[in-house]
Amino acid sequence: MTIALTPVLQEFVAHYNQWITIFLMVAGLYIVIAKDNMIKKLVGLSLFQTSVYLLYISPGKILGGTAPILDERFTVYSNPLPHVLILTAIVVGVATLALGLALVVRINEAFGTIEEDEIFERELGE
Amino acid sequence: MNTIAPAILIIAALVVPAAGALAIALVGRRANLREAVTLVTAAVLLGVVGRLASVIFAGGNARVDGFEVVSGLTFAFEVEPLGMLFALVASTLWIANSIYSIGYMRANDEPRQTLFYVCFAIAIASTIGIAFAKNLFTLFLFYEALTLSTYPLVTHKRDAAAKSGGRTYLLMLLGTSMLIFLPAIIATGYFAGTLDFTVGGILKGRLEGPAVVVLLGLFAFGIGKAALMPLHRWLPAAMVAPTPVSALLHAVAVVKAGVFTITKVVIYIFGIDYLSATGASTWLVYVAGAGVILASLIAMTKDNLKARLAYSTVSQLAYIVTGAMLANGTALVGSSMHIAMHAFGKITLFFCAGAIYTAAHKTEVSELTGLGRAMPITFAAFFVGALSVIGLPPMGGLWSKWYLALGALEADQLVILAALMVSSLLNIAYLLVIPVKAFFGPAPDGASAAGMKEAPLACLIALIATATGCVVLFFYPGPLFSLVGLIQFR
Amino acid sequence: MSAGELAVGTAAAVAHTRTLSEQLPALQVVIPLLGAVLCALVRKGTLAWALALAVTWVMPVIALALLWRVQASGPISYAMGGWAPPWGIEYRIDALSAFVLLLVSGVAAAMLPFARKSIASEIDGDKQSWFYTMFLLCLTGLLGITITGDAFNAFVFLEISSLSTYVMIALGSDRRALLAAYQYLIMGTIGATLYVIGIGFLYTLTGTLNLADIATRLATLGFSPPMLTALSFLIIGISLKLALFPLHVWLPGAYAYAPSFATAFLAATATKVAVYLLVRFLYSVFSLTTLSEPLPVFDLLLALSIAGMLGASIVAVFQDDVKRLLAYSSVAQIGYIMLGVSLANGPGLTGGLVHLANHAVTKAALFLAVGAAYYRLRTVQEMASMTSLKITDLAGLGRQMPWTLAVFTLGGLSIIGVPGTAGFISKWYLALGALEKGWWWVVVVIMASSLIAVVYIGRVIEIAWFREPAGPLREAGRPHPSMIFSMALFGFAIVFFGLDTSWTAKLAVSAANMLLGLGQ
Repeated sequence: MTIALTPVLQEFVAHYNQWITIFLMVAGLYIVIAKDNMIKKLVGLSLFQTSVYLLYISPGKILGGTAPILDERFTVYSNPLPHVLILTAIVVGVATLALGLALVVRINEAFGTIEEDEIFERELGE
Repeated sequence: MNTIAPAILIIAALVVPAAGALAIALVGRRANLREAVTLVTAAVLLGVVGRLASVIFAGGNARVDGFEVVSGLTFAFEVEPLGMLFALVASTLWIANSIYSIGYMRANDEPRQTLFYVCFAIAIASTIGIAFAKNLFTLFLFYEALTLSTYPLVTHKRDAAAKSGGRTYLLMLLGTSMLIFLPAIIATGYFAGTLDFTVGGILKGRLEGPAVVVLLGLFAFGIGKAALMPLHRWLPAAMVAPTPVSALLHAVAVVKAGVFTITKVVIYIFGIDYLSATGASTWLVYVAGAGVILASLIAMTKDNLKARLAYSTVSQLAYIVTGAMLANGTALVGSSMHIAMHAFGKITLFFCAGAIYTAAHKTEVSELTGLGRAMPITFAAFFVGALSVIGLPPMGGLWSKWYLALGALEADQLVILAALMVSSLLNIAYLLVIPVKAFFGPAPDGASAAGMKEAPLACLIALIATATGCVVLFFYPGPLFSLVGLIQFR
Repeated sequence: MSAGELAVGTAAAVAHTRTLSEQLPALQVVIPLLGAVLCALVRKGTLAWALALAVTWVMPVIALALLWRVQASGPISYAMGGWAPPWGIEYRIDALSAFVLLLVSGVAAAMLPFARKSIASEIDGDKQSWFYTMFLLCLTGLLGITITGDAFNAFVFLEISSLSTYVMIALGSDRRALLAAYQYLIMGTIGATLYVIGIGFLYTLTGTLNLADIATRLATLGFSPPMLTALSFLIIGISLKLALFPLHVWLPGAYAYAPSFATAFLAATATKVAVYLLVRFLYSVFSLTTLSEPLPVFDLLLALSIAGMLGASIVAVFQDDVKRLLAYSSVAQIGYIMLGVSLANGPGLTGGLVHLANHAVTKAALFLAVGAAYYRLRTVQEMASMTSLKITDLAGLGRQMPWTLAVFTLGGLSIIGVPGTAGFISKWYLALGALEKGWWWVVVVIMASSLIAVVYIGRVIEIAWFREPAGPLREAGRPHPSMIFSMALFGFAIVFFGLDTSWTAKLAVSAANMLLGLGQ
């Protein structure tokens, strides 16, 4: 049974991938800005980067297309290029996250805390 | 007959003081050798400049084509009569100033003397660069170099007053040159397509109406070294410097570079015919004229001798600017000659002020009463210098003031003529009163009279020389006249 | 496979092998990359430095060869791995990228001798080779951004340079370096991700990642909301990297707490390459100057540039830490560069591009001089643990280290824009560019910010020349000759580029003409 949706809602539902992307993007950015805990910030950053992966890959799927492996039986393929790009981006994201976490460990050693507001207070007092 | 190419002479005139600076820095430890290097450099420079002058007098010209920095900006030199005049004044008085400095610095046991002489030499090199610049870019380059090289001289004493005075000096001069002068240069380059000093000016037909007025105003106030009121504050602030520096600033290099630049801009960038036709300079005639009177009035209120001389300089510079802004040949002759006359007169006055400080440790005018008997030579020289600055015969200053007055008449500016007269009267009031009181006033009380003696010998030699110069310039102004006469206005 | 087939295959491979000069574009990036790997395998700091030195001294040679080829026969197109563009990754060198390549490689080569003593003093023994590894990786990334003609490839190199930068900063001796590195990581990653988002939109619009191809296809597509979105994301993302006001927040901390050599290198190169990337997108890809209905992009950039020029200069006046002061000065100077970019006419764009070189040379000189003073001060017993350099620590430097302070003064004069120094040339072009648009007030703004520079540079010079040396400084000796060598090079360059502009302004003019589509 198909539910009759108004045109606006239809548009909304048709682009659900974009909406998820936007939600993740904004949520990630919000976490980076609003949270003081350094690890949480990194989590937000990762969320933000993940949204970008979706941004690339979801339009790459051609409706009615098959996996991009050449075969005489098929004429419409999904686009493999976004996947390649996002693999690269994931690697970059992983490296960034690793580096970020390493920095957090060292900051914890040096300052005894990973809450930005506490460190800020301490720096001001110094 | 020695035929050194004029171009080589120009380069030599720049290289000699610069090389001298290097040499002074290298032999810094040995004071006598260092002073010898200074004097030798100054003498060689005078020789080179004199050689160049003979070329100019013979009607030739000298040019160094230089190189292009960016398209539109070339680094080049050309000697024309006004620049020759400036260079002659600078190199002649450098020797006098060097002799004086040796006496002054040693008698007062000043520290950091090597830096002093090095910066002096660099400042003179910059002055020669300004004198011989072919275009506004080259001139501006050396103009800024002059500001920067005189800053260590102004702040020589390194105490709080020196630091604060140095800040005012640097900020005002760099401020005017960067905020006002440089935009004016850029605008000129943009509208005229060139920055070269050209006979008859480069702006005719390129700029109309109020833009000319504004541009001229930008130049007049942007060239902060000319101390046009109200941008004159740096001059009295720079009085924190030791007296040889003040003598250099007020007679030889800095202020003369300022009024020289204004005059050159009037003659070779705008052109006097263009200025008279557009009437763009009339408002500046009044501004400068007001400065003449105002500065004299302020000078009368100053008890500190150097401050009084500083404001006297502001007033005299305004004379030169007034003449330039009157924009006719006669007034410009007066302005150009006043560059030389005032240089000799003012340097004498400052030499005397320094001598008084060194010998008697007095800085205020009120303390000088009766001192003339203990220091007759110094105050006699002061008298001569004062007469020259006031413009009375038999001192050279008469000639320049005469032509300025004629120029004011020619331009129908009777108000200005009156202002010049009034100012001369004021000059008498605040300058002449000093030697008069020194010779004829009551002697100072016993305790301070005991230690009075004349100034150190080197200082005396210098101030006698420059005072004699003032007298000589009255009786033999011929060479100066012919040089000024060679300036092509159109 | 038979022997015959093998022989044929080898012969074909040999025939395919081009001469070394044809592989130069790839070598420009591959050599420092390999050098980085080698450095990682080395334990001793000095050996790592020597390796880095060898690599960085080869770089300008390659860049010069590429420049000459571009000047002789026009833009070079190199297909990486033999895959033809637009499907393969293309390295494309034209007048602009050759200029920036030479700038980055030249600066790195001139600066590296300084690093030997400076890094040895500021970083622990076992970590020094890691520093040089990161340095070479950063160099790879910067050169790669400049040389590549593929948008996503630019992102990869951007992140290579950024990640290695974060590590370089974190190796600083002050613990606040870790915080600065972390903050830069967060902001830099956001910037890079925004850049990727922009690329994503562009790819969705045009179906290609090759910059030249995107440009052609965008021209036929015309204006559309996705294009504007892509443009916005790209501008903001790259602006974060180039520290355009108000996205500059990471820069003062990063420059203040990183090792002195790292600061000098980053200040001279990293932001310049980001400017290059932005210019490439604005002018070559989006062709903003040829749009029929102009977008307000240049106006926005103009406003931000001016805000940066004035704001950052004023903030610099109130700084006590010398490196922080110079960092804010850098933000102001980046404002100058972006002013030139946003003027979008011949002299303006030339001014912005030539200031890439002039500012690089100037800031290098300044930071190296400060680094040398810092190095010498730390050798004095009681200052061994100092981690930041206050202006007052420099009191009396003129007596102890006159050459160092001479270089600093030259750099300061160039920041102020005194004629005869490189900084004046940039100001001249910028002012001409503003005049051509009839914007007199911009000329006044340029001069005003130069005047503010007089104040903050003057403060340092006043204290350094005029005060007597304080206790610790009196025992500090002269810097090591290797440091003086690098400093002297940059000091000389400041004056040289102020009087002879055939290497800087001429190249910038041809680059600007190419970007604006004007004749040579």
